[in-house]
Amino acid sequence: MIDIFAKHAALRAAYEGLTAASPRNPFEVVIERPLSATVGLIEGRETLLFGTNNYLGLSQSSRAADAAIETARTMGVGTTGSRIANGTFGLHQRLEQRLASFFGRKHCMVFSTGYQANLGTISALVNKDDVLLLDADSHASIYDGAKLSGAQVIRFRHNDPVDLEKRLARLKDHPGAKLIIAEGIYSMTGNVAPLDKFVDIKTRYGAYLMADEAHSFGVLGEHGRGVAEMQGCEDGIDFIVGTFSKSLGTVGGYCITDHDGVDLMRLCSRPYMFTASLPPEIIAATLAALDDMEARPELRVKLQENAARLHAGLKAAGLQTGEHVSPVVAVTLENIPQAVGFWNALLENGVYVNLSLPPATPDNRPLLRCSVMAAHSAEEIDKAAAVFKAVAEHFQA
Amino acid sequence: MTDSVAGISGMIIEKLLANPKVPRDINGNSKIVEDLAFDSLAVMNFVMEIEDELDVSVPLDKLADIRTINDLAACLHTLKASQA
Repeated sequence: MIDIFAKHAALRAAYEGLTAASPRNPFEVVIERPLSATVGLIEGRETLLFGTNNYLGLSQSSRAADAAIETARTMGVGTTGSRIANGTFGLHQRLEQRLASFFGRKHCMVFSTGYQANLGTISALVNKDDVLLLDADSHASIYDGAKLSGAQVIRFRHNDPVDLEKRLARLKDHPGAKLIIAEGIYSMTGNVAPLDKFVDIKTRYGAYLMADEAHSFGVLGEHGRGVAEMQGCEDGIDFIVGTFSKSLGTVGGYCITDHDGVDLMRLCSRPYMFTASLPPEIIAATLAALDDMEARPELRVKLQENAARLHAGLKAAGLQTGEHVSPVVAVTLENIPQAVGFWNALLENGVYVNLSLPPATPDNRPLLRCSVMAAHSAEEIDKAAAVFKAVAEHFQA
Repeated sequence: MTDSVAGISGMIIEKLLANPKVPRDINGNSKIVEDLAFDSLAVMNFVMEIEDELDVSVPLDKLADIRTINDLAACLHTLKASQA
């Protein structure tokens, strides 16, 4: 009998090598419970959370918690069905209308996760006769959506409008639709996309543009509509995809557009159709978190201040960070053993960050990925930067 | 030099050898993943460099069938010819 797991031998070797060199398994960290948005109990210790994507701290919103409790009591805890069968409650439609209105657009489709929003949108928009142009550093959900679509996939160099244009020019005689996909803020590095430049290019070449604002929604732009709002190019974005699991602190994803054809996506997007819809209490919490986000623009101001503070603190500690100041601050290290040692030492000294390893990272180098929150105090940020500095000095010694 | 499969293969080998981590004894029959120890991301990034050299774009699905340097050269040659 053929060992069905034999294909994972290389993965097993890499995994065992990594875990053998680490006092704890980096993929099995347990937050016993959050004590607040910024502090969680890990290994029995109070630990500063700098790797949760909870940018506005709204996972702990009391308004959202109250809405979820009230809704669970009155409507139950699940829909037990697909959006195209019994899984559309009035709340789902309300959230879709609310989000469309928030973005000033005509349509919104809500998906059960952010991952499914990318899968469901991309696979419904293009097929084998079309071409997808993906930023090379795109999230796995974009690559997976591309695969599910069957479209031809061409990568362009990360954040490089010149490279994108070169590749579109090569496609001038291709008869299919062209869809360019970029992210607002890149999840691993915190880099911000030049969406305004991509809009100019897509207009000249007759392509469509989809922006995944998962990490920039609620974070950038005067009203929190993301990088496109910040760069003044919202009209040029055909499809905005995002998630509730970062700034809004819940779970789920969405696609926003003015194109009326989106209605047909509800009838052909398999990741939308063949899964249970979001439970009502999650929708209610998301609506309440959206109210919170809109009512408290000061959270975005604080978040930017905090991002700048952590970025400056890590730079002053002599660490290699990206150039963009955004709520994702990644420290690049040279090799995996160094990154694993560094990450363990941070955790042992009370700071949790994400350990991100190749091939999920650009340039084949490991990252210690930090995400900042509006809820972090200046003292918490300074403490995290000081721990980073002390650990870096220890490793250099 | 890049008009033939052999010419493109030679150009790919030259580019690969510029990377000191690549074994010195590679040839057109060398397997990109097994012999060069490239992971999927490294393959995609390397192909980007070659694309610029030849002014073609290789769709990702084409990479799935490529095992050796000569396979890659043949794929690029076909794409280049279809563009002409």
